[in-house]
Amino acid sequence: MALHDVILSLRDICYSYDRWGLVLDHLNFDLHRGQRVGLVGDNGSGKTTLLHLIVGLKRPEAGRIEVFGRPVASEEDFRQVRQRVGLLFQDADDQLFCPTVLEDVAFGPINQGKHPEEAREIALRVLADLGLAGFEERITHRLSGGEKRLVSLATVLAMAPDVLLLDEPTTGLDHDTKERLVEILQGLAISSVVVSHEYDFLGRTAELVYYMQAGRLLAEEASAIHSHYHVHSFGKLPHQHSS
Amino acid sequence: MLLEPFVNGSSLLHRFDPRGRVVVAGFFSVVTAVAVRWPTLAVAMAAAVMLCGLARLPLRQVARRLVIANFFILCVWLFLPFTHAGTPLFAVGPFAATAEGIATASRITVKANAILLAFIALVATMPVATLGHALHRLAVPDKLVHLLLFTYRYIHVMEKEYQRLHNAAVIRGFRPRTDRHTYKTYANLVGMLLVRSLARAERVYDAMLCRGFQGRFYSLRPFAMTGEDFITAIVLLAVVGGMGFLEWLSTT
Repeated sequence: MALHDVILSLRDICYSYDRWGLVLDHLNFDLHRGQRVGLVGDNGSGKTTLLHLIVGLKRPEAGRIEVFGRPVASEEDFRQVRQRVGLLFQDADDQLFCPTVLEDVAFGPINQGKHPEEAREIALRVLADLGLAGFEERITHRLSGGEKRLVSLATVLAMAPDVLLLDEPTTGLDHDTKERLVEILQGLAISSVVVSHEYDFLGRTAELVYYMQAGRLLAEEASAIHSHYHVHSFGKLPHQHSS
Repeated sequence: MLLEPFVNGSSLLHRFDPRGRVVVAGFFSVVTAVAVRWPTLAVAMAAAVMLCGLARLPLRQVARRLVIANFFILCVWLFLPFTHAGTPLFAVGPFAATAEGIATASRITVKANAILLAFIALVATMPVATLGHALHRLAVPDKLVHLLLFTYRYIHVMEKEYQRLHNAAVIRGFRPRTDRHTYKTYANLVGMLLVRSLARAERVYDAMLCRGFQGRFYSLRPFAMTGEDFITAIVLLAVVGGMGFLEWLSTT
């Protein structure tokens, strides 16, 4: 298939919350195969909502969603979607609910119909790929924040998704863990949508950045990622610049 | 923090198949709980102590747990001897303690401690996750098993959330007193905790849906009864059976 196949397509999507009114207003969005897209926007602008709509945790009030060229609308449709589109939640404590790391990572593959023994091997392999070998018997709630994030990513990757949706993956991570996350994401050959407030992070994990405003996505040339060389004090510390 | 101080070990009981441990602990508790004869209770207590020895448990930790449980039994001793009908033995002021009351309180004490020791030796020696899977294999309803596992997983998260809310109150000068403001603050705190837990539960369920959850959990560790497991099970169940026989013998 060609590089520019559209694998995710949202057309005229509307969604509103009782309290805040319309957050998505006839929004259009396309994701092409192999594309890495970043998503920025103010708090409450609907970034998380957009990700949840893609995997069917919320249903649009109007509009059409197509995933891998097929229109999806029913729970059954979205159940298929979730097999191929992985979502990393904002809070790792939401994602990790099994007592041990191994059980949590194997949970998805087993639901995909894998034999427990096979699921176990997949889980061990994914953990090893992410540099988490030896974590399998650790108790999930005793992991550190950074470890929880990486194990969460392992639980998603264990399902071998074609598309990865990441909801503010850097929240609460220290510099080293963030670096590790960047390396992992750069090493993955799958399409992705990353929601983040950190331009440094997006600059290294996304090719194209959309800005979410008034319920729509803006992808102007002006918001394309570019780099500056500049000098100021404390420049060696990780930091970001507001526009 | 919910600690599991007894799970690490390689004793005979630690190796014993979790299902076998749960079953033995269950039968032992039932027989001990319904027994009334002293010989039976003496054997039960001896058996429970021996189980703890077999599991090579750290004595201080065991003692600490016993102290907590016996604090409640102390309440039984405060009231039961004086309220039970029977022959008066001695009087404290206007209250007379009866021999029957003291005997009943003693039985409760022995039973409670024996069952507690047996559970520490047999059940507390496995991680909660393993206990969940063992119960699942023993045909305990899925819902109860999930309740156990989810409670275990999220009790810490809830505790942390409570601490956060509590800290938020404390840094703004909140000091608990016996007044309306304090009660209101705690009521708000608990209410907020409930709301957050509900929201958390929804997010967890969403995360499960995203990974293809269809209402079933699967165990990764198949349990297998070895020859040693069968022998241990037979010996332990024989002891429990003997206790039952003893009880039956002395009642007839």
